[in-house]
Amino acid sequence: MRSKINIGEKLYIFFCYFLIIVLCITILYPFIYMVSASLSSTTAVMRNKVVLWPVEFTAEAYRVVAQYKGIWTAYGNTIFYTVVGTLINLAFTILAAYPLSKKRWGARKVMSFILVFTMWFGGGQIPFYLTMKNLGLLDSRIAVLIYGAVSAYYVIIFRTHFESLPDSLEESARIEGANDITILMKIMIPLSKPIMAAIALYYAIGRWNSYFWEMMLIQDEKKLPVQVILQRIVINSQLSEDVASALTAGQQSFPMTIKFAAIVITALPIICIYPFLQKYFVSGALVGSVKE
Amino acid sequence: MKKGDRKRRILKEIKTNKFLYLMFLPVLIWYIIFAYVPMGGIAIAFQKYSVVKGIFGSKWVGLKNFQTLFADPYFFRLLKNTLLINIYGIIFGFPLPIILAIAFNEVKNKHFKKITQTISYLPYFISVVVVASMLIQFLSTEGVVNGVLQALGKEPIFFLQESKYFRFIYLASDIWQGVGFSAIIYLAALSGIPQEQYEAATVDGANKFQKMLYITIPCLIPTIVMMFIIRLGSVIAVGHEKIILLYNPLTYETADVFNSYVYRVGLQDMKYSYAQAVSLFQNVVGFIMVFAANKITRKLDGTTLW
Repeated sequence: MRSKINIGEKLYIFFCYFLIIVLCITILYPFIYMVSASLSSTTAVMRNKVVLWPVEFTAEAYRVVAQYKGIWTAYGNTIFYTVVGTLINLAFTILAAYPLSKKRWGARKVMSFILVFTMWFGGGQIPFYLTMKNLGLLDSRIAVLIYGAVSAYYVIIFRTHFESLPDSLEESARIEGANDITILMKIMIPLSKPIMAAIALYYAIGRWNSYFWEMMLIQDEKKLPVQVILQRIVINSQLSEDVASALTAGQQSFPMTIKFAAIVITALPIICIYPFLQKYFVSGALVGSVKE
Repeated sequence: MKKGDRKRRILKEIKTNKFLYLMFLPVLIWYIIFAYVPMGGIAIAFQKYSVVKGIFGSKWVGLKNFQTLFADPYFFRLLKNTLLINIYGIIFGFPLPIILAIAFNEVKNKHFKKITQTISYLPYFISVVVVASMLIQFLSTEGVVNGVLQALGKEPIFFLQESKYFRFIYLASDIWQGVGFSAIIYLAALSGIPQEQYEAATVDGANKFQKMLYITIPCLIPTIVMMFIIRLGSVIAVGHEKIILLYNPLTYETADVFNSYVYRVGLQDMKYSYAQAVSLFQNVVGFIMVFAANKITRKLDGTTLW
């Protein structure tokens, strides 16, 4: 009887491991294939000879992509949008969250409502686009930096965090004559480094990955982030003549290997930093889900 | 007398909390310009909007755009596609993170658990353009999937050109991206189960499967109910960002949802007023549903949950 129970239990545990391993393979294989394909010869990829490792190893695709200056410009733009954009995000989020965490603040309820309401209801794509247009922000880098300056969701998370800090800290500082700005800068922010790191990371990933409004707001190819360039290379082949000729190397369309190389180049920074910052990713997900 | 009192109180409030007002001011300005001014732009749904005349000069047409919308056979296609993607998403996508969390919970080897969990979250952080690009590459006629089909002696399939495959491709990639990350919240709920419960069950002779059935799952039910209601609240919305990267006129029949239609008709064809009517319809229904979902979860949260 004892052994019968054990078989059922073993099957169950086997199934658990099996599920996890299958999932991990399903997730990793496309990335591995893509990297290998981008490092193989075009003919090997076209004839589907690549299974796991590169076949007829060559870095030609990367050489071609790297020669195209546009991709470096786009990369620079993405880094600029990510770094400056994330700083703006953090500043706005803290400036919103701190007052909202103070119960003594008379405007707290009204302002809180103004923020939270936008999480549930909005004008939609068209009025937003027309507003940007009427403000004369089309085709400017400022538009990209400012349109997503703050997310009410992260403000709420940050506010909850500020609320969890003991009042006694503020009171003792106040006795020594500190005002709200000093208290925020000298006491609250230093106590918030872990959550700041997690939220900054989420904002930064959002910035790095974002494409839709960048595509809508920016026309000038020199200001586009790398995601939009990738979209043009792989998805709608909508690039200016010189770019197309730089990448196709005289052929009719972009070879598969070049497209794979372009995808790898775009995704690589995230994949590379990911294992090291993993704990922040998870803690960020948890503050969001548990405290909501 | 009373009026002066009130004035004095407001002045005192502003004076004591002046730095709080000062801090919040840029945020408030941002919200007015980038959230509430666009909300005013909803008005164009009731106009025959012209870019030249602007919102104050354009002609008002009442509910005409909505009449056109509800009479449009296209409307039902949009509604059907939006709902179906969500419903299939719930049926196939909703249980998976729960099962995965339970599976992770049974893993005792710390290193194995950490590595596999890290891998499982990874796709969530990959951009939608990269995911769509990968799909297009893998599913093209020369792609690896057709390569396998060919090796098996089958005819190549034009996956992204046939409408019958679209929902599957869309949802499978959604699940692929989100399953690990969505499991986090269930894992957090699982870590809150007191170990004594499991120990007591062991003493009673229960095996791991029975413990899962009688301890783990019941403990997860509040979280499951909560997540399910939140998910139902967004059943009228499918984001356009991945759709517009993957669809084409050949697959509109199954792929076109409200948001992608608004994008195409409004931002591409510049029929602003009509597209805004479509958008407003979706936003109002969506708002009511999210609001209801929120009320329900609040109620559950306050009384029975956590």
